[in-house]
Amino acid sequence: MIADIGKGAAVLFVAAIVQVTLLSQIDVFHGAPDLVLVTLVAVALLRGTIFGAAAGFGAGLVVDTATLQTLGVTSLLLTIAGYWIGRYGETTGRDRTHAPFVSVAVVTLLYSLGALVLHYMLGDPASASRVLLHAFPFELIFNLILTLPVYALCRRLFRPPPSGLEEVQLLG
Amino acid sequence: MAGLLVLLSIALITIYFRESSGGGLHQVQSAGATVLRPFEVATDRVSRPFRDAYGYFAGLVHAKSENKRLRAEADKWRQLATQNLYASSANADLRRKLHFVNSRAFPSGYRSVGADILAQPSSAFELQVTIGAGSNSGIQENDPVVTDEGLVGTVVRVANNQSLVALLIDDATSVSAIDVHTRARGIVKAGGSFDHVGKVTSGWKEGDLSSIYPPGIPIGQVTAVGQNEVDLYKHVQLQPFANFKTLSSVLVLIPKNR
Repeated sequence: MIADIGKGAAVLFVAAIVQVTLLSQIDVFHGAPDLVLVTLVAVALLRGTIFGAAAGFGAGLVVDTATLQTLGVTSLLLTIAGYWIGRYGETTGRDRTHAPFVSVAVVTLLYSLGALVLHYMLGDPASASRVLLHAFPFELIFNLILTLPVYALCRRLFRPPPSGLEEVQLLG
Repeated sequence: MAGLLVLLSIALITIYFRESSGGGLHQVQSAGATVLRPFEVATDRVSRPFRDAYGYFAGLVHAKSENKRLRAEADKWRQLATQNLYASSANADLRRKLHFVNSRAFPSGYRSVGADILAQPSSAFELQVTIGAGSNSGIQENDPVVTDEGLVGTVVRVANNQSLVALLIDDATSVSAIDVHTRARGIVKAGGSFDHVGKVTSGWKEGDLSSIYPPGIPIGQVTAVGQNEVDLYKHVQLQPFANFKTLSSVLVLIPKNR
């Protein structure tokens, strides 16, 4: 468990730094890949609700600190996203091939909507058309492209927990 | 556990939102940003050769047509530069004769602090960038930020060694501007419908209130002008001189007499 925490912290820290330093420079109609979100989805799918929520909170804090944005905004959104995807992984999704892609697609949409609502509540002059009509389709495509390599990497780092059933050989 | 983290996030937002820029959470964030800075700089340096290589080859695609266009532009600007040089010397001569008292002007009344861009906005909500210079370099909130191309934006948040700059294309940024040919005044703002828009900052002053931008910073080129029948003002579209997609470093202007 401690090893998982260490690996999770390292992976999400690197993802957050790469996100704010490099990937955010990609701009196709204001859409950019969100490596932190995709990594969080992969980690939460493999490790469940508590791990996902805690990882989301920590990753959000790093992003908000590095970009000097309002502290807690990204943490709130990623905590909920991590918890929700972790729940999906624990119940039905973990072993299904399409689970990471469905999760990333749904979370990208809900994250954009949630961020929009949160920014409106904070009084920020956020443009709904820019976020949902222009940026979202490209962000979704970028995130889906990232899903396969990121999930494969996370699957190597976070081996799925044993199911409790093991193959036995009967003697005699 | 997850509920606790959600509550903690909401508490962070509430406290951060309500406290002043010198408050406890802002100080913690400033310290955290200082800790993260080496990682951001390292990532930037490692990736820079690859980005430069991409930029080089991407530039080659349009190099020939761009070369032709730039040569034509250079001829035009050369003529204009000669005319401006003459006008400038005449202007200085006339001001001297009239004993004209100048207000703080750009760029002579300002010193500049150069800074690399450390982090880009992480979502489509904020068109803001984090730069690697802060209050330790003398930067304060509302200081104008420029490149050699023109106005980039304004400092909106300052930490010890980093600052947050709202770009000219951010919804939160407004700049009073004046057209250099017609002297028409207006407000430059991203999106929406706005008044007259000019090419350079106008630098107005009324009583104790004054623009945070000194007069004369180039902003952009007017590309379209329109007016509805019911509107009082013209709506002008502007192409900024600064290229926000390729920004890698900026200059923060600081008044010399601060």
